[in-house]
Amino acid sequence: MTVGKIWVFVEATDGGVSNTSLELLTKARDLAETVEGVSVAANDVAAAAGAHGATTVHQVDGTDGKLLGPAVAGAIAAAVEAGTGPDAVLIATSYDGRDVAGRLSVKLDAPVITNVVDVVDDGGTLAGVEPIFGGTTNVTTRFTSDKPDIFLVRPKSFAAEESGGAPAAVSGLSVPDLGATGAAVVTNRFVEEQTGPSLDDADIVVSGGRGLGESDKFEMVEQLAKALGAAPGASRAIVDAGWVPYSYQVGQTGKVVKPNVYIAAGISGATQHLVGMKGSKTIIAINKDPEAPIFSVADLGIVGDVHKVLPKLIEALQNR
Amino acid sequence: MNVVVCVKQIPDPADPGALDPETKTLVRSGKLILDESDSYGVEMALQLVDAAGGGEVTLVSMAPNDEQSGLRTALAMGAAKAVLVSDDALRGSDSLTTAKVLAKAIERTGQPDLVLTATESSDGYTGTVPEQIAELLSLPSVTFAKSIAVDGATASVQRQTEAGYDDVQVPLPAVVSVTAGVVEPRYPSFKGIMAAKSKPLDQVTVADLGLEAAQVGWAGAGQEIVDVSEAEAREAGTIVEDDGEGHQKVVDFLAELKVI
Repeated sequence: MTVGKIWVFVEATDGGVSNTSLELLTKARDLAETVEGVSVAANDVAAAAGAHGATTVHQVDGTDGKLLGPAVAGAIAAAVEAGTGPDAVLIATSYDGRDVAGRLSVKLDAPVITNVVDVVDDGGTLAGVEPIFGGTTNVTTRFTSDKPDIFLVRPKSFAAEESGGAPAAVSGLSVPDLGATGAAVVTNRFVEEQTGPSLDDADIVVSGGRGLGESDKFEMVEQLAKALGAAPGASRAIVDAGWVPYSYQVGQTGKVVKPNVYIAAGISGATQHLVGMKGSKTIIAINKDPEAPIFSVADLGIVGDVHKVLPKLIEALQNR
Repeated sequence: MNVVVCVKQIPDPADPGALDPETKTLVRSGKLILDESDSYGVEMALQLVDAAGGGEVTLVSMAPNDEQSGLRTALAMGAAKAVLVSDDALRGSDSLTTAKVLAKAIERTGQPDLVLTATESSDGYTGTVPEQIAELLSLPSVTFAKSIAVDGATASVQRQTEAGYDDVQVPLPAVVSVTAGVVEPRYPSFKGIMAAKSKPLDQVTVADLGLEAAQVGWAGAGQEIVDVSEAEAREAGTIVEDDGEGHQKVVDFLAELKVI
């Protein structure tokens, strides 16, 4: 074991526990003698967290109707100051996870290693592996201070595996006075309607990019996705252009997907995009530019016009 | 209402640069441009100041080599002035150090009502700086804003979530990070470009901000790179020209993969 104690920020979802949290707990078991969770819903996540290796989940109270970052970071920092904190904290690159990591980093005056896809033993200390340049190069970084290590880890970096552990014990972490930093209040939550599988869980993902030419052509991507029972996705270029909502975005910003099959239509394959999808098992690319970087990661590449290939492909699949 | 926008000047993403094998620092060559991610925050700030009927937009940036060209782009869009922190000691700065420098630079501008940032830069993409700035300034924050409306001393923000979005109310002053694509950044007019050349640009060093060189750059990063290696490459696939039957190759391949 590399370190004594790792804390994982365990995020609750509507249906239970975030998959990424379970991935982090699984990884933490390889690295630390003791794995514990920190959560704003400890009772809800204790069973799953325990089954993935956490012995205790520390409850952070007082976040009802609030954003989580300040309170969770405040509670962890207070524990560190009291000498009861962890050697390292693993946090998912999620909306709330980034808030927690940023706030915690300042409270501890300690750096964060971000975009981590692996945490490894480097001669008795932890080090984070981060892909750069579109995932062609891996950089391994370790902390040089004696503060707790803060790793912000990308989703789907590890496979979640149960340890067979009993439900985690629940204990409380005290939250210090947050002053003005805790003043943001959530007044309403909106859940966007979603039909078909989500980008996170889909076996097949079909994404469209700038090569579609104009926004109403994204319909072809949706039709192809429907014909395959797939989730539709998009490159940052067309999200920024306002063709589809941010929730469709696959890439460095946006979602990391690792489906069985990924189909990229009219996507050139900017670094930003490749990082989010090159872990897919099989990649099919359709693009008219034979030099497009997307072809360097494609198992099957069709050099052709998406406006010609996609309609025929949709028709052929519908006729099967 | 006075709004500060943190902007980054980055190498053109079409030319991503490389790591120096000796110093392991990102080698940047050529002119820097305004990070496209930041153009949304600049636009949002200009709209909010307009809606408030008064005040100004101030830019804050940290860049090597006295680089100003990206700032001039944002000034041409309509920002009133800028603070640029440029200092060799900043080379190798991590996100926490960057946030410390930007927080000091924001304080130098006075007391803004609102600080806007992008959710992350296009070249470093740590995504932690906005929240770090907020904590350093002891301010509340809302990250991943889809929209911002200010009414008196409160901002109403739609915050992107995994499932949809949250309506969040935050008292000002506050830090808000703006999601790319949520507003249409204006193109600088010719008049704007000409005016930008003479707008005030306050260029400062680390020492001017009251920080010590040992706290920033590589010296202050609290971390070290222990390995740089090639990532495992994917095996080359089959690339074929569409001869009118390209779609059939996709169908055959999907059938082979047993997903249809």
